[in-house]
Formats: sequence, structure tokens, C-alpha cells
Amino acid sequence: MAALVGRLGNGDLKGLIARNGIFIAFVVFMIAFGIGVDRFLTFQNLENVVKTTAIIGVIALGVTVVVLSGNLDLSVGSMLSFGTVMVVDLHDKIGPGAGILVMMIAVLALGAVNGLLIGFLRLNSLIVTLGMLSAIQGLTLIYSGGKNVDIDPSTQDTTWFRVFGRGEIAGVDMPIIIFFALAVVIGMIVAYTPYGRRVYAVGGNPTAAVFSGIRRNRVVFSTYLVSAFCVGIASIILGSRVMGSQNTVGQGYELLVLAGVILGGTSLLGGSGSILKTVIGVLILGFIQNGLLLLGYPFFAQWIVTWVVIILAVWLDVAAKRGRLLSPIA
Amino acid sequence: MADITATQDGSGANRFLHWIIHHPIWAFVVIVFIFFSVMNEHFFALGNFKNILIQASTLGLIALGMTLVMINGNIDLSVGAVVALAASLTVDIMGWPMFEGWGNWQILPGVLAGLAAGVLLGALNGFIVWKTGVDAFIVTLGAMLGVRGLVFVYTEEQSFFAMNFAYSDFGASSLVGLPTLALIFLVFTALVHILLSRTVHGSNTYAVGDNREAAVNAGIRVGPHMMINFMIVGFFAALAGITLSTQMGASTPNLGTNFELWVITAVVLGGTKLTGGAGSIIGTFGGVLAIQILRNGMNLMQVPAFWVLVILGSILIGVLFLDKQLNRKGAEELRL
Amino acid sequence: MTEPNPTLRLKGIVKTFPGVRALDGVDFDVRPGEVHALMGENGAGKSTLMKILAGVYHPDEGQIFIDDRPVVIRSPIEAKEHGITLIHQELSLAEEMSVAENIFLGELPRKKWGFVDWKTLDERVGTILQKLNADWGPRTRIGSLSIAKQQMCEIARALTHSAKIVVFDEPTASLTDAEKVVLFDVIEDLKAEGVGIVYISHRMEEIFKITDRISVLRDGSYRGTLNTRETDEDEITQMMIGRSLELHRRNIEHAEEGEEVLSVEGLSCGRLFQDVSFTVKAGEIVGFYGLVGAGRTEMAETLFGLRRPTAGKIRLAGEEVHIGSPSEAIEKGISLVPENRKEQGLVLGMNCRDNITLPQIDDLTAGPFVANGAEVAIYDMYRDRLQIKAPTWRTLVGSLSGGNQQKIVIGKWLSMKPRLLIVDEPTRGIDVGSKSEIHKLLRELAHQGYAIIVVSSEMPEVLHVSDRIIAMHNGRITRTFSADAVTEEDLIQAISGLTSDKAA
Repeated sequence: MAALVGRLGNGDLKGLIARNGIFIAFVVFMIAFGIGVDRFLTFQNLENVVKTTAIIGVIALGVTVVVLSGNLDLSVGSMLSFGTVMVVDLHDKIGPGAGILVMMIAVLALGAVNGLLIGFLRLNSLIVTLGMLSAIQGLTLIYSGGKNVDIDPSTQDTTWFRVFGRGEIAGVDMPIIIFFALAVVIGMIVAYTPYGRRVYAVGGNPTAAVFSGIRRNRVVFSTYLVSAFCVGIASIILGSRVMGSQNTVGQGYELLVLAGVILGGTSLLGGSGSILKTVIGVLILGFIQNGLLLLGYPFFAQWIVTWVVIILAVWLDVAAKRGRLLSPIA
Repeated sequence: MADITATQDGSGANRFLHWIIHHPIWAFVVIVFIFFSVMNEHFFALGNFKNILIQASTLGLIALGMTLVMINGNIDLSVGAVVALAASLTVDIMGWPMFEGWGNWQILPGVLAGLAAGVLLGALNGFIVWKTGVDAFIVTLGAMLGVRGLVFVYTEEQSFFAMNFAYSDFGASSLVGLPTLALIFLVFTALVHILLSRTVHGSNTYAVGDNREAAVNAGIRVGPHMMINFMIVGFFAALAGITLSTQMGASTPNLGTNFELWVITAVVLGGTKLTGGAGSIIGTFGGVLAIQILRNGMNLMQVPAFWVLVILGSILIGVLFLDKQLNRKGAEELRL
Repeated sequence: MTEPNPTLRLKGIVKTFPGVRALDGVDFDVRPGEVHALMGENGAGKSTLMKILAGVYHPDEGQIFIDDRPVVIRSPIEAKEHGITLIHQELSLAEEMSVAENIFLGELPRKKWGFVDWKTLDERVGTILQKLNADWGPRTRIGSLSIAKQQMCEIARALTHSAKIVVFDEPTASLTDAEKVVLFDVIEDLKAEGVGIVYISHRMEEIFKITDRISVLRDGSYRGTLNTRETDEDEITQMMIGRSLELHRRNIEHAEEGEEVLSVEGLSCGRLFQDVSFTVKAGEIVGFYGLVGAGRTEMAETLFGLRRPTAGKIRLAGEEVHIGSPSEAIEKGISLVPENRKEQGLVLGMNCRDNITLPQIDDLTAGPFVANGAEVAIYDMYRDRLQIKAPTWRTLVGSLSGGNQQKIVIGKWLSMKPRLLIVDEPTRGIDVGSKSEIHKLLRELAHQGYAIIVVSSEMPEVLHVSDRIIAMHNGRITRTFSADAVTEEDLIQAISGLTSDKAA
């Protein structure tokens, strides 16, 4: 018994560090940048970072739910292009309200296709969403006829649609408010509801989840609806901020989003991670970008740093779990 | 892998049937080939076939390496970025003043640097996968961003143009009646096919992907083995970047964007399992041809390029669906 | 009497994992041309010892000598270089590859340039397969062979090169009698060639048939070595469990039988099992006994909605039901403690409480959220009742011992208050102490009026807990016994399909 407690105590301490490493890293990181970089820790700057991160952040919330259940969603990038093009295009045609509604339904339908194929037909999520990435990009181009879309310049300053990307409440930018509000809602659902528990169970051990009476197919299906919903919200913010859209505006987002999720510490194997971690992971990505720019490095230097940071973060996570730094493979 | 089929029994037709069951993608290749031959007068022409092969060579070269990595049970998402890096390095370095007096030989240091960069980045990916035990998906996802970042920083977001015309002439040249680029692709396809099907390294590639623990138990040095395959795919990505830049006579920092997705699509269409342990170069070759014939044929029929994306995505998912249906165990299956 | 110098000698091997001393000063040696049995209960440290020999683990203390030279084995490659070959119990095969490639995995014969020498390979494998009386060829895909044949291919690896030491880990677990004969011939041949053989098995009759010496491990410590000819089963058993075996004691206290809870009529599922009929009453434990593959687990899974029956009727309390999924089974009051607790029973990365409440999480809510207090209350209740030893409910299930993990699974299903409890292999891979606790618990549950089905491959277990025993062979019920009247001989005959007369 003593031995048992000893082992668990030890594991718990390691687990504690492993589970919370990202928070520690975040604090260290902020302090280091705060000291090293002028103008970094100003409200103006921080607000700016969070605002630019909001779109990736909102999508990352949904993708986190998908990843927690043990799957991937690579189609969010082209889905973002699709949603943004649609909501911008429909704004002038049927009005902002109807436009948002139609776009959300269309995006949720795409999510449902993902969910049907992966949840009910049990196809590999990487390949299915890869195929959907391509297919949705094609759909977007077909929809727009290959042309960029924008909202009539004369109404850009007057439409209430501008609120989502350009508005503010009590001095805080709207994208930030939407991001954090959605993070709280989805975070609560994932952490504290029976639904969230089922998502973790399916991701942690799908077989055991089925043996426990959980309808795994439905859970997986639903995660893709959540993901699509988040992409829809992000499309509204993006469309409203830019008041127009290119056909390929979301290209590459799927991987940036995934980078944020992984950096936060949510395991791609499913069953472990959280919304809070993702929020921090995405913010770190944003702050890396911002800090490097303030230091005068070129814009894309952030990607090089992200490369190193992602691998280090996951490596430490993996190493803490296996109890040794290097892999035992010969 | 050993030729497991029982070749001694059955007639030629039977053998063909057996072969096509193992490489269903080739049935698809034949169907689209016939379809476009009938539907479009310009499709069935030697010149067009050469075109298809040239166009296929870029994705095809990378797909050869990717097949090895994926049979290993790994994946490499960084190939698109490596394409851009190798192309940029090659085109830039051959224009360096120090090689000015070298005549056409000035191309050589550029090409060597480009290939070396690909092999080194592959080695780095493989080494990280080996030593840290982090999943290849994550390692190469990081590299995909990071290497693309390197390209943008190195090129300062500029395109480079090849001042030596021998370089761009190479992309349009022919050898023994075939476009040189197509020939390079075909030769490497044959070489990698032999590597995979006849050598110990090839056998081990299947073993590691099929059951990594068994491979470790059997004393295969799994880490270095996987690293070699990452170096091979790095080499091919770099080579593809260089051949692509010879076609354009230039390099752009955005070169190779989304190539990883196309290449993986081709390899999966060719029957390689994502979980590793199964696949073949013949299948991959079929997958690459299928994609390129579709693109080419639809282009000739003036179908907007958008539709190709939709059709390709659907085919990828469709193949996965069919594979699943064919491998069902039937009604007795445990319903999980 | 002079003994030859041992080929392999382990001295004072200690291996600790965080908080656990898995091996505590183990001495062990194997002489050339000797078959040395290694015995011990599950968890006694046999597999840890084998992994040390294979170079997977490294001992904290102690030394390994091969031919009297001290060696360090850092990896499976080095183990091989030292002439140690391991024949794994869990098949270590690449399913998509050919028999030949699997047998020579990691040491394929080569020609120049790294090419595989297929001709030599086929010849050598052909010779080996002949020796094994195999009716399959070197180019057969190994995944298409039966488990027993795959096991024979695994065994063939012992013959590929001149090994000094061959370790067989439970080699007969899935072999038929004819194949066992071949295996024992192979072992005789290896012996004659002077190879030292380590033979791990639970099966006493094999141990006494083919081994020269027997060493016993208990709880990670070395309990001694005996000459096979000078000992008997009882002595070995005592060494293994530290006391004499009481498993032969039958369950004689029947509970009061109640209403009929489950009645199954002509239930079939394709080729897995056919025409299975039986009833279970409240307060009764029905034991299902049979060999692996007899269809018992599949029958249990069908009752739980995991497989679709192809024929037959299921009645719960007299009412015919269709069970389409586990969630429907749970609604109807059926619980299944599955065969494989790590794969099917538990989410290892979740904590103890969440695992226990998983099937009923929808009913434990306050508003939209999970009711924390209700969950903890359920956990506390079953922790006390089943004596689950975990520091807190927050402990991840993956870090508990096998016995405690099994109790979590049982607790999870008891908390559903089922009418019918199905328990598949309740004590697989669990230490002796927890084993008898779980047996006692099952008896108590029967007394409280649960209807229970116990599926087991261990005869003592079935004899110990059941009121009635149903023997299955090849997907069919061969005989039904009442616990008072059954003999071990009858049971063995019934599960091997030797008699099929249906005595009551």
C-alpha cells in the first residue's frame, strides 16, 4: 500500500507539471517578453494581439472538441473561406440577418457531412477532412465564380453587420468579446456537462465508451457540428472585419489552428486536454508573433519559432508521460 | 515485400484479375483514360501523354518518398515547404557572384545545396521523431510552418529568377524521345519500386509500419530506419522543387503550397494505408496518374478548375468508403 | 556430480518501477541442453525478467552472465547478438507480411546492395516449416493463418539461427494437441543441440513432461529451484502462492433461487455460436466454461447488444426483448463487465470517479451540469463496498493495480443496479489476493439476489463461484452441470467436445 501511494504521489507530481506545463510556460513567456520587449505589456498591445488571434481562437475552440474526441478536422480552413465568402456575398443580396442564417445552415451542413462520414461511417478523419478541404475549396470557387466578393462600400459604415468585426463594448473589441464568451460557453460544456464527459470518454477509449453505453457515433458526429458552428462564427467576424473576402482567405488556417491546439497541450490521440489550454495555446502563438515583430524580426520568423515551440511543448508532454526524456526506440 | 500472390496457378487473365484487385486504382486510371479519350479529341495524343507525365512528375516524385514514410506508419506534412526551400536555394545560389565564371556548371552548387537542404530537413524530422517519440504528424506539421517561415525569411518574400537559361531549358528538354522530367520521374519510380519490393530496407519498411513493436523485438533498428525514409522523402521533395523551378525558370516563396495534401491524396488513392504496413509504388504511381489524368482531361474539356477540387475530394473520400465496405467482416462483427 | 557451466546466469537481479519492486534479487541459471521452467502467478515478475533478458528493461542491480562472461543487454538487437531468442506469448508478427519474412524478421538473408536473397530465404523457411509439419508455405500471408498456426511461426523463429538461449513464453496457450507434440519435438531437438531453454507456462502437465528444473518467482522475489523429477505439483503450487491451494473447494452454499431473470432460446450469431439456450434465475450464478474461441464471450456480447444475433430469442423476466446496443441493454438492466478491462472496461486516462459513473452520467445532473456531489457519493459508496484502494477519486485509473482496476469496472456496473450482471473473465491478470476477494464478492451479490453470468477460462474459478456450469465447445453448449455434481474430468471432456450427450 505504501508502495502504491508512493508511486501515485510521484506520478501525480509529474502529472501536475505535465498537465499545467503550458500555464507555467505561458507565465514565464509573458514575463520574459514583458521585460525584454518594450511596449509589449501595454493594454493597447495586448488587446491588439488578442484581437488578431480571435479568429484562429474561435475556430480552435471547435477543433479542440473534435480533437478531444480523438479525431482531426483539417477542413476548417476552407470552411472558413466558404463561410466568409457566403456571408459577405449574401449581405447585399438578402440582408445581413438572413445572410448569417443561411451561411450558418450551410456551414453546419458541411460539418454534418464530416460528422456522418467520420462518426457514422467510421472513415478516417484525417483523410475525410483532407478530402473535404479540397471539396469545400472547390465549392467556394464555384459559388463565387472565382471572383472575390465584398460588401457594397456605401453601406460598409452603416450596416449593423460591422458590429462583429469592428464594434466594441465598453472599449473592448467585439472579436475579443465573442472569442472569450464562446470560450467560456464551450469550456463549460466540455468540462462540466455529461456531454463533455462523453467526449472525453470517446476520445480516451472509444471501445470502453461503447461498452459503457455511450453512443459513440453520435458523439463524434456532434463534435463536427460544434467545429462547424465555430467556423461559422469566425466567418462572421472575419467577413465583418474585412467587409469582403477572397476565395482562399482561410487557406492554411487548419494547420495554424491545430498548432495552437497542440501547443496548448491537447493530445491528438484524444481524451486529454481542455478549452482553457487551447485558449492559452492560441494566445501564445499570437504573442510570439507580436513579440517578434516588436523586436524587429520579419513577420514569418514567428513560424520558425512556432516550429521549435510546438515540438518542444509536445516533447515535454510526451516525456513527462513516459517518465524519460528520450524515446526508447533503438 | 515478398510477392505473396500465388503466381503459379491460373491463366494470364486470372493473374490480371488478381493484380487489379490489389491495385484497384489502376482500374480507375483505365476508366478515366478511356473516358477522356472518348470525350475529348485532344486527349488521346502522344504530346498530351508527355504533358501528363511532366505534370505528374512533381507530385509523383514526392509521392514516391511519401509512400515509404506512410508505409512506415508516419507522415510528412513538410514536403510542400521543402519544395519551396529547395527551389529558392537552387535558383538563388546558382546566381551567386562567386559561381559567375563557372558557365553552366554554376547550376551544380545550387542543385546540390537544394538537394542537401531537403535531405537534411528530412534527417531532422526523422531524428526528432526517433529521439523524442513525438508523433510524425506533429513533428512535420511544425516543420511545415517552420520551413515555410525559413523560406519567407530567406527570400524576403521575393521570387528568384534563373539567369542561366540552361536551367530553364532543362525543364523543357527531352531525352531519348521523352521529356527529361518525365524520364527522371519514371526512372526514380522504378528505383524506389525495386528498393521497396526487393531490398531488406524495403521489407523492413513494411515490418515497421505493420507492427512496430514486433520490428523492435526482431532487432530492426527502427529509429535510424525511419530517419532514412524521412531523408528519402526530403530528397524527393527537394528534387521536385528543383524540377518545378526548371519548368518555371524561377522560384517563388509560395511554391508547393498544399502539395502535402495532394501528395497524401495520391498515395492514399494508390492503396497505402494511413496506419502503415501496406502500400506499393505501383499503387502510388497509379494514384499520381489518376489525379493528373483527371486534371488534364478536365482542363481539356474546359471544366473549371474548381470542379477538379470537388471531384478529387469526393474521390478520396469515396475510395476510403469503398475500402471500408470491402473489408467488412459481415454481420457477426462487434458493433463498436 | 559435475554440472556443466550454465549458458545463462542471472545473479541478484533487481528491477524497480516507481514505487514497486518488480524483481527483488532474482537468481536464475540455464545450462546447455536443459529445459528450465520459470513459474509464478501473474504479476510475480516473470515477464519483467523476460524483458530484462530481451534488453527492453535494464536491471537496477545484479548481473547477467552468458557463458560465464558478464554482459549488458541494452536492446533487443544486443540480446540477439548474445544468442538469446524470445518466443513471445503475445504474437509479435507483422500481419500483412509473408510467413518467411516474419520468421526471419530483422535478419533476412541478403545479397549484394542490400537486396533480399529470396531463394535462400524460401529454402531455409521451407526446411523449418517441414520440421514443424506445417501445411502452409513460406509465401503465405501470415495474417491469413489461424492463431495456432501463427504461434507455430513465432516458434519457428527459435530455429532460424544458432541461438544459445531460447525463451518460450506460454507457447502452448493457443496450440492444439497435435501442434504441442510438434513443439515438444522442436524443444527436444534444441536440447540435443545444447541450447538452453527457458520455458514459461502455467500448465503443470507440460512442465512435468518436458522440463528438467523448475524455478519459482513470487511477488518479484526468487523462491527457489527444484529438480522436476524430485518434486510434485503441490510443492510447486505452494511455492507459487505461499500457501496450499484451496481452489478445489466448491461453492456449496446456494443462495435462495428467485424468479427467472433471463431466458435465452436458440440464440445464434453466424459462425460464432449457434443454438444457445439457457436460463438464469435471481440469486444464481451460472458459469460459462470453455476454451478460447468457444463462443462464450461472443454470447455475452450479444446479450449486451454489441453483436446482432442471427437467430433466437432473449427474454428478460419473461418478456421478449431486442437489444440493439449497449445503451439499450443498460436501460433493460443488463450490465457487462467485459473480458479486457484495459481495452473495453476503462478509460485509463480518466479518474476513478468518472469511470465509475460513466454509464449513468446523464442521470447525475444538476441543471445542465454534472452534479459533483452525487458523483462523489457513488464513488465513495463503491470504494468502501469493494475496498478499492486508490488515494483519491482524482487518481487516474491507469495508475491503479490490476485488481483495483477490475474493482472499478465491477463498481461501475454494480452502481447501475442491474437485474442481470454478466462478468467475463473476472480475475484475469489479477493477483491471488484480489482474486479471492472478487470471488467472494460475486457470491455475496448472488445472495443479494442478483442474477449473474460468469464467463471464465479458469476451471477452479468456475467451480468455485458457480451454482450451475454450462460448458461450451465450438460455439455450442455441450453440457450443463450442477455445481454439486460436476467432476473436473466431465468438464474437460465437455469443453473439448469429446462427449456431446446432453446430461442435465
